[in-house]
Amino acid sequence: MSGKKIVCRCNDVTVEDVEALIDSGVTDIEELKRLLRIGMGPCQGRTCIPIVLSILARKTGRRQEEIPLPRARVPIRPVRVEVIVGGADE
Amino acid sequence: MSKIAVIGGGIIGVATAYELAKLGEDVILFEKNYFGSGSTFRCATGIRAQFTDEANIRLMKHSVERWEGLEEELGSDIVFRQTGYLFLATSEEEVEAFKANIRLQNKFGVPTRLIDMDEAREIVPILNTEPFLAGAWNPKDGKANPFKTLFAYLFRARELGVDARGHTEVIGFERAGDAITAVKFRSNGKVESVRVDAVLNAANAWAPLINEMAGLSRGLVPITAYKHQLVKTEPLEPGQVEPLVCPPSWNDAYIIQDGEDGGIICGAGIEHKARSLEDYEPTYDFLRGVLEYAVRIAPPLRYAHVVRQWAGFYAKTPDSNPAIGKLLENFYIAAGFSGHGFMMAPAVAQAMAELISKGRSRVPLDWEWYDPYRFERGELRSSAFQIG
Ligand SMILES: Cc1cc2nc3c(=O)[nH]c(=O)nc-3n(C[C@H](O)[C@H](O)[C@H](O)COP(=O)(O)OP(=O)(O)OC[C@H]3O[C@@H](n4cnc5c(N)ncnc54)[C@H](O)[C@@H]3O)c2cc1C
Ligand code: FES
Repeated sequence: MSGKKIVCRCNDVTVEDVEALIDSGVTDIEELKRLLRIGMGPCQGRTCIPIVLSILARKTGRRQEEIPLPRARVPIRPVRVEVIVGGADE
Repeated sequence: MSKIAVIGGGIIGVATAYELAKLGEDVILFEKNYFGSGSTFRCATGIRAQFTDEANIRLMKHSVERWEGLEEELGSDIVFRQTGYLFLATSEEEVEAFKANIRLQNKFGVPTRLIDMDEAREIVPILNTEPFLAGAWNPKDGKANPFKTLFAYLFRARELGVDARGHTEVIGFERAGDAITAVKFRSNGKVESVRVDAVLNAANAWAPLINEMAGLSRGLVPITAYKHQLVKTEPLEPGQVEPLVCPPSWNDAYIIQDGEDGGIICGAGIEHKARSLEDYEPTYDFLRGVLEYAVRIAPPLRYAHVVRQWAGFYAKTPDSNPAIGKLLENFYIAAGFSGHGFMMAPAVAQAMAELISKGRSRVPLDWEWYDPYRFERGELRSSAFQIG
């Protein structure tokens, strides 16, 4: 372990990455999500979004409940392409 | 120095605000939601000069040249990569059409060439070469990260003094004769107004509503919002589908590998008229339809997992070419970009800023072709080639 605190395991984002971006003025969860790719990994943010919300609340002096959650995307879990298109032709 | 209001915090509005500030103007930029929340953050990342008409080819040739220097100019990594576009023909007639397009593109310095399926397979190792007769290949086309590109422009714009306001909605204008004199806006429930010398409507799918606020009819620039969707797979090893690959006759279906995380983005011309300008709900018929095309283009995709699907708007004019130009004495528009606003942004932003600030531009933008009054005159252009 390098001692870095990981926020998003899917996309390897650290607490420092999140804090630095908030310090540079990006305080919108949707914007943080896209610049850092938090919440865009296979787990769809189940691990990282709550952590980022708490960092954001702490750094901006807001209550966590005041911060809207980013829009959830389908599918909730990864689905194999062949399950959707069927397996026949090939 | 003039006070210029830019409405819309998508790539067009943000890049134009930056270009205006570079020319020394005092710019205020309004975005009603978060920056990029319109079409920009939903795009497929593709950038190409392979069009089928002179106006779009020349504009995109210039735009690609701007893209090439953008990382250095803006001082940050926007993941711009010239990984090419590969169009695939399924019939002899299409091969002939490709040849004619290539001649036109070559005439304006775009180095597209016809390639055979062996070469195509070298470029895209997982390609199913069987259904295709030939490919149109331009290695200078490419892709970039829309999130990073928009923020690179936004950060530089702010450094140059642009007053960029997110979560601030424009709700009306004051107009004297043919000129807009002030912009009214609302943020956190508070209404304010600012006196302006000029206004740019860069609200894309929402542009007709802004025109209406300026006292013009909504139908003057008849932009409709079509829901266009994308599906993305888990990351694959880089190099599987680097270019955008598209057989146009298969409903404009395409696949392209995300330059950053390696996931394959899959799109197709399966469209739905949006129920409202908030209708971002993805649909199952799109998911199934697009994946059927994707596995026909690259069969191994069958074994990948889908991780995301999302929807956004193709803000479409009747001829799928944007409306760019002047609507009133000091009221301008750059909107209705269909599937091409991201790739066109560096060129359009520069042209628009020069027009507003100096009355003319050095950019090879054919103002006649994109004239926003053409619809009123019933004068449509030949439809711009649609895909990503
Ligand atoms: C699925 C999909 C794939 C695409 N793929 C590609 C591609 O590969 N390559 C490409 O070049 N293009 C692509 N596009 C098209 C591209 O995304 C758009 O053309 C481009 O983003 C348009 O940028 P814009 O700035 O004009 O509009 P937008 O990004 O839509 O910005 C307009 C902004 O105006 C704001 N706004 C509206 N009303 C108001 C108001 N009253 N006050 C303040 N703000 C307001 C909106 O909130 C919005 O953020 C794709 C689009 C979609 C949907
Ligand atoms: S931990 Fe961030 S998306 Fe999975």
